[in-house]
Amino acid sequence: MAAAEITAPPLKPYPVIPILEVGAMANSKPYVANAAMQQALGFPGELVEGWHDKAIAKLGDLLQNYRGLKVYLDACVHCGACTDKCHYFLGTGDPKNMPVARQDLLRKVYRRYFTWAGKWFPKLVGAEDLSKEVLDDWYSYFNQCSECRRCSVFCPYGIDTAEITMAAKEIMDSIGLGSKYTNEIIGKVHKVGNNLGLPGPALLDTLQSLEEDLKEETGLDIRLPLDEKGAAVMLITPSADFFAEPHVYSLMGYAKVFHAAGIPWTLSTHASEAGNFGLFIGNYGQMQKIAMRVREAALDLGARRLVVGECGHAWRVAYSFWNTLIGPFDFLDPDYPLPQHICELTYDLIQRGALTFDKSANDRYVVTFHDSCNVARASRMGGLPGGQFEIPRAIVRAVANKFVEMNPEAIREKTFCCGGGGGLLSDELLDLRVKGALPRMEALQAVVDTDGVNFMATICAICKAQFSKVLPYYKFNMSMVGGVHQLVSNAIRLGPK
Amino acid sequence: MSAATVVFALLFYAATLLGAAGLAWRIRDYARTPAPLKIPTTPAPTTTGGVVLRMLREVALFESLFKANLWIWLFGWMFHVALALVLARHLRYFTEPVWFWVVWVQPFGLYAGLAMVGGLAALWARRFLVERIRYISTPSDHMMLALLLGIGVSGLSMKFMSHTDIVAVKAFALGLIFFDWQPLPAHPGLFVHLFLVIVLIAIFPYSKLLHAPGLFFSPGRNQADNPREQRHLAAWAAKLEKAKV
Ligand code: SF4
Ligand code: SF4
Repeated sequence: MAAAEITAPPLKPYPVIPILEVGAMANSKPYVANAAMQQALGFPGELVEGWHDKAIAKLGDLLQNYRGLKVYLDACVHCGACTDKCHYFLGTGDPKNMPVARQDLLRKVYRRYFTWAGKWFPKLVGAEDLSKEVLDDWYSYFNQCSECRRCSVFCPYGIDTAEITMAAKEIMDSIGLGSKYTNEIIGKVHKVGNNLGLPGPALLDTLQSLEEDLKEETGLDIRLPLDEKGAAVMLITPSADFFAEPHVYSLMGYAKVFHAAGIPWTLSTHASEAGNFGLFIGNYGQMQKIAMRVREAALDLGARRLVVGECGHAWRVAYSFWNTLIGPFDFLDPDYPLPQHICELTYDLIQRGALTFDKSANDRYVVTFHDSCNVARASRMGGLPGGQFEIPRAIVRAVANKFVEMNPEAIREKTFCCGGGGGLLSDELLDLRVKGALPRMEALQAVVDTDGVNFMATICAICKAQFSKVLPYYKFNMSMVGGVHQLVSNAIRLGPK
Repeated sequence: MSAATVVFALLFYAATLLGAAGLAWRIRDYARTPAPLKIPTTPAPTTTGGVVLRMLREVALFESLFKANLWIWLFGWMFHVALALVLARHLRYFTEPVWFWVVWVQPFGLYAGLAMVGGLAALWARRFLVERIRYISTPSDHMMLALLLGIGVSGLSMKFMSHTDIVAVKAFALGLIFFDWQPLPAHPGLFVHLFLVIVLIAIFPYSKLLHAPGLFFSPGRNQADNPREQRHLAAWAAKLEKAKV
């Protein structure tokens, strides 16, 4: 197969709703998982005999178990409010990337097999048989949704396309049609404990060399402990933090915060991954199995608190689902939020005056903040709704002098996905990822032009990886993106006060 | 008693049965289907009281739609509020003596009828004029608007063009309620109006009109954001958990 052409749309000074380009992205799809990857997760190895009936049965099953899915498939009135809200639509113009049109790919099948009107008057209500063409469309377009929930903010019924995408992926997995990228990674977590497939000894090695780097930089013995029993805090962080750039700078930032505050902490080999791709494929069992490693590790190490590093979807799973999936947390310290975000921890320390900063260390930066979708629209920090927006910003302001907000239509609850979430961060989808980044790139370009912004802070491993890759396509420097704790790391003052 | 009276009376009963039974079945189905995970669209209220307020804002003001698109909000909200007023105005045909607030709402109900038709027409125009909306529209989307518009126009025609015997219509309506049938005046506008209303009642639970009860069951809107404070466990998830231990 010839490499697909990867093109970045031109940046416009004002966001413009594109003219429809039917079928523009029909050929964008991830590699299909092979039999071994599928079977490792208990899915059929390839598209099964009788996939049609099995898919319908699976849909019926999901409808019984997920109220959201049922209500969302019923309630849409085709009002069109969501049609211009998806970054993938804005970047590609493909009408099937309009949230409602994406939903309709599943909804038309639901109507056909599960509603009276669709059984008797399919044409009238837009119901359709599940044909091979429809299945192909599912595979293409449900793998062009990053499950970012932006559309759900604007829908008058709160219809969340992410839930529908997850259901569709769950159905496809159950008939043997899975995405290689997500399913291979989930297999690695089950086997090794993290998405990168980084085994314990290699992890230890990496952490030790990072400790040496920290020693060189600060002259202090700042530790990155692994599997230490009895440490109060167990930190669960995306494995990219261990050696991808810019992620690793944030890891050093966490270490410095723990060091400065004198909080004994540890990482765990068994739970060396905060990410949970079980969410992306909409599979409750997989999500629970991955999360269970955290509970097991915490019990094993005798940790009293769980703290989660910078990662968007990981924080959603931790904040919204851990208590359900792997709780109750009665063996942990009830005086702290369970789990706690690293930003909550740092913010708390700042509030109490436990950390001191030299803000000028970040003076070379004019900083802006990119809200990551899962943090913004699927979780919270602190005690008040919206804390997920205020707390990271408060940290940035505490450690840097120059901070600028992007267009209000592109931040906070209305934030645009980086373009790489939802299990789409793989190379064969790069064209989609570049195009999906368009709305964020436009918002960024605006503050680059007006305020000279040269650093976009974010708290998500996927955002960091995605932006590092796509920024150059829009003629930005790839090192413009980095973590909030990267800025903390630059400014924090350690050693005797 | 005319044939029309009998036919309309029977159709009304049938439609009401079909509509009410279907709606009850749908609502029961929604209520019994578990929501295994906490998925409110955040920032979300952290308490039940807050959720009630959020739902109220959605129902009364269409808060999310307002954020999304001012035109759709304007026409959609105008139509729904007008419809509510029109329905309130119509209560005078079903109450004896007429409740005081129904009397009070009468003049507004009339303007509302015009606003309702205007809102519907604008919503329909969007289905032709805006490329994105045209793309997602199905025949039933058009028919639903045609149906509502038909009801509105036929209703207004009886006010502004050809009056019908309103006293007799009220007697007919009350007769339906108390199973004491009274003759329905023979009036083409009235027949059209009533027939379309009957269709609407009958298909309510089998069509996208389900968005009305759906809103109340939408986990994205009706869940409180308190997963850390309160453990949320659906029945089937709990069973899964027990099986493991
Ligand atoms: S969840 Fe995000 S990616 Fe998916 S359809 Fe909605 S806006 Fe688009
Ligand atoms: S905003 Fe909601 S109801 Fe309107 S078209 Fe989109 S999904 Fe359907």
